[in-house]
Amino acid sequence: MRPKAGNAGLYAALSCPTAHSREFASMSTPHAHAGDPPRDHPSHLGDMDIRVRALETLLTQKGYIDPAALDRIIETYETQVGPHNGARVVARAWSDPAYHDWLLKDATAAIASLGFSGRQGEHMVALENTPELHNMVVCTLCSCYPWPVLGLPPVWYKSAPYRAKAVLDPRGVLRDFGVTLPEATRLRVWDSTAEVRYLVLPMRPAGTSGLSEDQLATLVTRDSMIGTGLARQPEVTP
Amino acid sequence: MNGVHDMGGLQGFGPVQPEANEPLFHFEWERRALAITLAMGATGQWNIDLGRSARESLPPAVYLASSYYEIWIRALEVLMLQRGLVSPRELRSGQLLVPPAPVAYVLQAGNVAAALASGSPADRRASAPARFAPGDRVRAKNMHPVGHTRLPRYVRGHLGTVQAVRGCHLFADRHASQPLPPFDTTADWLYTVVFDGRELWGPQADAAVQVSVDAWEPYLEAAT
Repeated sequence: MRPKAGNAGLYAALSCPTAHSREFASMSTPHAHAGDPPRDHPSHLGDMDIRVRALETLLTQKGYIDPAALDRIIETYETQVGPHNGARVVARAWSDPAYHDWLLKDATAAIASLGFSGRQGEHMVALENTPELHNMVVCTLCSCYPWPVLGLPPVWYKSAPYRAKAVLDPRGVLRDFGVTLPEATRLRVWDSTAEVRYLVLPMRPAGTSGLSEDQLATLVTRDSMIGTGLARQPEVTP
Repeated sequence: MNGVHDMGGLQGFGPVQPEANEPLFHFEWERRALAITLAMGATGQWNIDLGRSARESLPPAVYLASSYYEIWIRALEVLMLQRGLVSPRELRSGQLLVPPAPVAYVLQAGNVAAALASGSPADRRASAPARFAPGDRVRAKNMHPVGHTRLPRYVRGHLGTVQAVRGCHLFADRHASQPLPPFDTTADWLYTVVFDGRELWGPQADAAVQVSVDAWEPYLEAAT
């Protein structure tokens, strides 16, 4: 039996199709069903809210999930795991030549040594940007992303425009982000099609030689670690 | 499967539109959708590749018109229905109507930190030597499997160069080939294969662009 056999039939068995995306929400007309509570957003968003609540209740009653475990998962990605982790890795690599070399040779171990490991970061590879070569990471098939160092991906990373365009027109993608590279800089796009996850090591901004690792970390943006941005320039104090 | 999820190189979607100061979630239900999906994944009734396969197998128009976490929830519902974990009437009503099916594991709150921190490494011991080495010229096969695959259409049939050998990893296509445990957990060598932009997109493409994919050995043939 193929795993997908009958999906369409199963899918058709479900009610409440909501064929609008959040992105289209502003274009849809709010409407209410009889008996629905008043809503201040388009109905399909309310439908998703109700649908997911009902699902959580059902799966809890079935004993398949522990609602407290859901809280812990959410809390992990809202408060502990995010791009500030990756910024620590980059700042350390900028500050410590031995760590820099370790990161490029065995990123999984070097990143784990700072306490960042696990789900969606089991096999890490670091990509160093130089004046000659700029790296950019995409997942054209879904949304593969290095969670332990960058957290959950932003909407644009998972969106059709980015997934479609990054491999065909990466320079155009950079323009969408307001980034222009020198013509001579080669562009390398890494499509994350397996379980390897990539972290871009952006170029260290000029004029930062006196900065501490903590100060350097504040210059490292999420986008600079995906390759759709550059590290921030330090603010010049007169 | 040649699905609409395989988006590399499609045109007409417009510019990438980053959102300034984007929140991690836009709606409360997205928080719960993420967590429910991860927690149900932990039950062991399917694996990550079957999860991806379920999302890719949603009707194309639904996939394209749904937001990210909507796709997750719709695919989760299909996975649970396929395995009899829930019934269509239960999903419609939100009421428990059928006794629960046995599941291998339930993720409890106290185990979340350890589960997320350990993840699920995909590398396995090799049973045969790697066929290719860095520098080898290879061609991505012209193949169109009806099941799950991780070889994007835009590289199929094209010539590339092996840049790195990433070890022996669970082969996604086979991992997703059995709907229920025990899954096929045989592994194959995984390579990063780099393609010139002009090889993929033609002579008018930017000569300074290269694109790589991570490709398992069964996706590749030696270039002759």
